[in-house]
Amino acid sequence: MKVNTIKRHFREGFKNIFRNGWMTVAAVGAVTVTLILVAAFLALMLNLNEMAKNIEDDVEINALIEITADEDEIVALGDQIEQISGVESVAFSSNDEELDKLIESMGEAGESWQLFEQDNPLNHVYIVRAENPADTAPIAEEIQTFDNVHDVNYGQDVVQRLFEFNKYARTIGLVLIVGLIFTATFLISNTIKLTIMARSKEIGIMKLVGATNNFIRWPFFIEGMLLGILGSLLPIAIVLGGYSYISNSIAKSLSLPFVELLPFNPFAWQLSLLIMGIGALIGVWGSVMSVRKFLKV
Amino acid sequence: MIVMQDVYKTYKNGVTALNGINVDIRQGEFVYIVGPSGAGKSTFIKLIYREERPTKGTIVINDKDINQMKEKNVPYLRRDIGVVFQDFKLLPKLSVYENIAFTLEVIEESPRNIRKRVMDVLELVGLKNKARFLPDELSGGEQQRVSIARAIVNHPKIVIADEPTGNLDPETSWEIMRIFEEINARGTTIMMATHSKEIVDTIKKRVIAIEDGVIARDEHRGEYGYES
Ligand SMILES: Nc1ncnc2c1ncn2[C@@H]1O[C@H](COP(=O)(O)OP(=O)(O)O)[C@@H](O)[C@H]1O
Ligand SMILES: [Mg+2]
Repeated sequence: MKVNTIKRHFREGFKNIFRNGWMTVAAVGAVTVTLILVAAFLALMLNLNEMAKNIEDDVEINALIEITADEDEIVALGDQIEQISGVESVAFSSNDEELDKLIESMGEAGESWQLFEQDNPLNHVYIVRAENPADTAPIAEEIQTFDNVHDVNYGQDVVQRLFEFNKYARTIGLVLIVGLIFTATFLISNTIKLTIMARSKEIGIMKLVGATNNFIRWPFFIEGMLLGILGSLLPIAIVLGGYSYISNSIAKSLSLPFVELLPFNPFAWQLSLLIMGIGALIGVWGSVMSVRKFLKV
Repeated sequence: MIVMQDVYKTYKNGVTALNGINVDIRQGEFVYIVGPSGAGKSTFIKLIYREERPTKGTIVINDKDINQMKEKNVPYLRRDIGVVFQDFKLLPKLSVYENIAFTLEVIEESPRNIRKRVMDVLELVGLKNKARFLPDELSGGEQQRVSIARAIVNHPKIVIADEPTGNLDPETSWEIMRIFEEINARGTTIMMATHSKEIVDTIKKRVIAIEDGVIARDEHRGEYGYES
C-alpha cells in the first residue's frame, strides 16, 4: 500500500467520524463508560497487587534461639538453616538489637521498656527470608524441628490469608476486566454495524467500481480506532485527576505502613496509556467484526 | 474480448432474464444493445462485470473465464471495465469530484495525477463548475454525466453504459456520444444499451437486439428497428 493510500484511509476514517453524527457519540459513549470501569478496576487491582507484594516481601521468619545455646551451637544452627533449600538469607540479630527494634517500633510507649536494657528477657534471633514468600510456611516448620530453636514465628495466619486473598483478587479482577472489554467490543461493533448497515449500499457501489475489500475496510479500522481513542479521553482525565486526588488525600490522612499507593508518576501515566491502548484495540476489533459480513457483494 | 456461450440467467424469484445468449465482441468495437423494456439488456450488461452471475454458460472477458475467477480478483476485472450504471450509483456523501477520484484512489494513482485527470474529465462532461456539489444537488442529467465521467476516468479497456443518455436533453446526448466515439477511436470497446432510435440510426454501429432474453438480431451498421 502506498503512503498516499494510507493517508487517504486516515482522511476517510476521520471524515466518517463526523459524517456519522450521533452514531459516533453512541459508540464513544459505550467505550467511555467501559474504560472508566476498566480503569478503576485496574487501578485498584494493580495497587492491591503492589501492596500484597510489599507485604509478601516483608514476610520473614523469626527463629528464636534457646537462651541456653552457647556460641558454637548458635553458629551451627545458622549453618543448618542456610542449608535448607529455598532460603534466601539468614541474618543473626542479638537480643540487644531485638530490644532496640522493639523499643523503636513502640514509640513513646517503648520508653518504659528501656528498664529492661540491663536485664534483657528477649532471645537471640535468626531472621530468615525465603526466596519465594509462598515457601515461608514449610521452611518455618523445618526450622522448628532443629535443636536449640525455642520457637518460630512468621505471622502464620496473616500470611496464609494474604496469599489466598491475593489469588482470588487477581482472578476476579481479571475476569471482570475481560468481561467489560468484551461488552465494550460488542457495543462498539454493534454501533459500527449500524453505521455500516446505513452504508451497505455505498459499500456495494465501491465494490462495483473496483475497490478491494481491504481498501473498503481500512477507513473503518481507522474509524474504529479513533472511536476507541476518543472514548478513552474522559477515562484518562478521570484517572489522572482522580488518582492524584486519592493518592494525595491517602498520603495525608492514613499512615498505615503497607497502605502505600503506587506513585502517581509514572503509574497514572502508564495506566492512561494502557487505557488508550485498550480503547484503540476495542475500536479496531469492533470494526473488524462488523465490517466482515458487509463485504460479500 | 467479450465472449458469451450459452448463457442463461434465472433470478432467485424465478424470472428468467436471459435464455441462451451467444455473443462475441472484439476489442475496439462499438455495440448498441437494443430491445424492449424487460428484455434482459441490463442483466446482459451486469454479467460482464460480474454484478450478476449466470445460471449456466461461460463468459470470457479479456481471455479470462470470469466464472472461474476467484472473488479476490473480481476488483481487478472491474477496474478494466468502466460502467455507467442505469441508476448512476454515485456515492451520496461524496462530492462530484470525490466520486470520480474514488476510482483512481482505488488504483493508487498519485494525488497529482488524480487531480489532473478528474479535472480533465469534468471538463470533458461539462461539469467543472459543479466539482464540489453533492450528487443530491444535481439534476438527473448531471448525475448521469458524473457517472459517465467516473466510468471513463481511468481509461478502461471496456466501457459499458446502460442507457447513458436516458436522462439527457438531445444536445447533451450528442455531446456524450461524441465523447464515446472519441474514446472508441482510441481503441476502447464500447457497449451501450439504449432506447434512442435517433442515436442508433444516426451514428451507425453494430446493433444487438435482445428480446425475451434471446438475441433477436445482431447486425453490423444496424438499425434501431423499433418504434421510438
Ligand atoms: N435483481 C433482479 N431480481 C429479479 N428479477 C430481475 C432482477 N433484475 C431484473 N429482473 C427481471 O429480469 C428481466 C430482465 O430485466 P432487465 O435485464 O433489467 O431488462 P432491461 O434492462 O432490458 O429492461 C425483467 O423481467 C426483470 O423484472
Ligand atoms: Mg435496463
